Amino acid sequence: MRGYVDPGDVSTEAVQLLKPDGTLVPDHGYDLDLKEEDLREMYRLMILTRKVDQESTNLQRQGELGVYTPALGQEAAQVGAAYALEPQDWIFPSYRELGFAMLRAINPSDILHLFRGTWHGGLFDYREHRFAPYAVPIATQTLHAVGFATGAKLDGSNIVTIACFGDGATSEGDFHEACNFAGTWKTPIVFFCQNNQYAISVPLAKQTAAPTIAVKALGYGFPGVRVDGNDVLASYVVAREAFRRARRGEGPTLIEALTYRRGPHSTADDPKRYRTDEELKHWEALDPITRFETYLVAEGMLAPEFKEQCETEASKAAAKLRQEIVGAGPLDPALLFEHVYSERSQTLQREFEDFERDQEGR
Amino acid sequence: MPTITLAQGLNEALRYCMQRDDHVLVMGEDVGRAGGVFRVTDKLQQEFGEQRVIDTPLAESGIVGTGIGLAIYGYKPVCEMQFDGFTYPAFEQITSHLAKYRSRTMGKLPLSVVIRIPYGGGIGAVEHHSESLEAYFTHTPGLKIVTPSTPSDAFSLLVQAIEDPDPVIFLEPKRRYWIRQEVELPVTNGTSRAARIVREGTDVTILTYGPSVRTVEDAAAEAEKDGVSCEVIDLRWLNPLDVDTIMTSVKKTGRAVVVTEAPVTGSFAAEIAARISEDDFLSLNAPVLRVGGYDIPYPPAKVEDLYLPDLDRVLDAVDRVLNY
Repeated sequence: MRGYVDPGDVSTEAVQLLKPDGTLVPDHGYDLDLKEEDLREMYRLMILTRKVDQESTNLQRQGELGVYTPALGQEAAQVGAAYALEPQDWIFPSYRELGFAMLRAINPSDILHLFRGTWHGGLFDYREHRFAPYAVPIATQTLHAVGFATGAKLDGSNIVTIACFGDGATSEGDFHEACNFAGTWKTPIVFFCQNNQYAISVPLAKQTAAPTIAVKALGYGFPGVRVDGNDVLASYVVAREAFRRARRGEGPTLIEALTYRRGPHSTADDPKRYRTDEELKHWEALDPITRFETYLVAEGMLAPEFKEQCETEASKAAAKLRQEIVGAGPLDPALLFEHVYSERSQTLQREFEDFERDQEGR
Repeated sequence: MPTITLAQGLNEALRYCMQRDDHVLVMGEDVGRAGGVFRVTDKLQQEFGEQRVIDTPLAESGIVGTGIGLAIYGYKPVCEMQFDGFTYPAFEQITSHLAKYRSRTMGKLPLSVVIRIPYGGGIGAVEHHSESLEAYFTHTPGLKIVTPSTPSDAFSLLVQAIEDPDPVIFLEPKRRYWIRQEVELPVTNGTSRAARIVREGTDVTILTYGPSVRTVEDAAAEAEKDGVSCEVIDLRWLNPLDVDTIMTSVKKTGRAVVVTEAPVTGSFAAEIAARISEDDFLSLNAPVLRVGGYDIPYPPAKVEDLYLPDLDRVLDAVDRVLNY
């Protein structure tokens, strides 16, 4: 009816290039511009992400990390979107973005020191990797990504940003404010929502009545797209188009990558309390790495030697991570007082001297 | 020498900084075309353009959150919260990110951001427009907090805040926006974070800041008529705090009263009182007294005068410490 909009009119379909059986969707309509070596590199990153992620969970179970937030099942969504970035672009992660971090070659232990309780922001160089520190307060980083991209636009640079967040984050006010600012300002940003179906224990149906998350973009005046997040090629092409759009000055895109968090939200919760084995099995059958591997093998692009090489490299990375994390001591406690301000106030200096005296007495 | 208002001092400070540094941006609700509801950003958009004086959507978390992103990029945003009571939606961005980013990134991503907030009561405003929220921020490590009480300080302290490499909460005493002073601009304090001795005295030290400075000055003039000599100190920076100036004065007078508009429980006045007691108990001839707002929600405009510390309440506290 004239004047009305209706959620019933919204498409709930998702962009897909690879079917779950690993065959290519005919007439998918996207220009798949990836060379063989690109495809193999994406495969390598997915294998690496999964292995490092698993080792991180193991390290937590063995008491070496206080907590960990596994990315198991979300490798295609992350690696696909990340692969569409240009080197100068900035990533604003939440706390589950290992696939993005692997693409940017961040040393895994430098991130995991956050979870070990060594240092809140991890220990890597954010500017070198164009990767902001993990953000724990939900959806807050979406605003930082908008601000950074606004700066890039003011500066006339060709940098775009990607803000990563989950389905739960779309309930937060900061998500709304970020989308609204970006839409109004035509900010060169991509909002990348990994809809992994749960915010800890709360399923999407209890998070929103919207027919999709992608449709929320319309309320802010820019396009949204739903993509099969377990299809690395779909995630890539959709992100690529969104980045191109941003770089052309046409503003933001909201991507909803439909995927599934096969592990717990964090190692501190037990998913058996809030979801069924059947559901987990359903999503295990949709494994993103298996799907991509089947495709690559069928196309003759994945020699057994290369696969083995990827797995060996991933195992080495996991072993290196273990070596760097296990038993790693705390940093010099004096650092706690070092970076609160550019210089210590008289009051803080006095507290620091008290602190040092207290330490000596131990 | 030209006479300017406190609001004009702020306006000139913004202009001065924007002329000197292309990276300084002004952003907030109504800061551009309207020039701010208190005219603090008047004509800046005409002079510097919409790219540098940004009318944002109406969302305080968004203003601070995008300001943080701009600062990571390398800009120096001066974010305006339109009123004290509307700062609360930005509380998470200020306390969880702005205050902590330098520390959690080990100094790799410092945030040079100024948050300007008109604060305090006394203008007959509707509710949520008269809050004294400084204690939330003085309680948050990583933030600096400053508040001017004169047009001259409005200029020099805002320039300091903008040039500061750390995040600064800049509290503007809104009922003093229209006070006037002869000032030759620019006035600068360099890097000094010293408190201002408003008036020298020998009998009692009155410590205050922001909107209450004028009240205390009047009280001190009144006390002098009764032969009581008050030393009045305007703290200016609540963090970093000029402890030396406070303690030197208290050592001299042996008595201290702290005056604030904020509810006294858990207030910054309470912190000053505690610090004096801890640092130099033996110099005190009387307990440190706090004069402030009562521990009630800020009252409706018709009765706000009963709430705000006035001349009589300050003088009463002076009498009490003298007669202890």
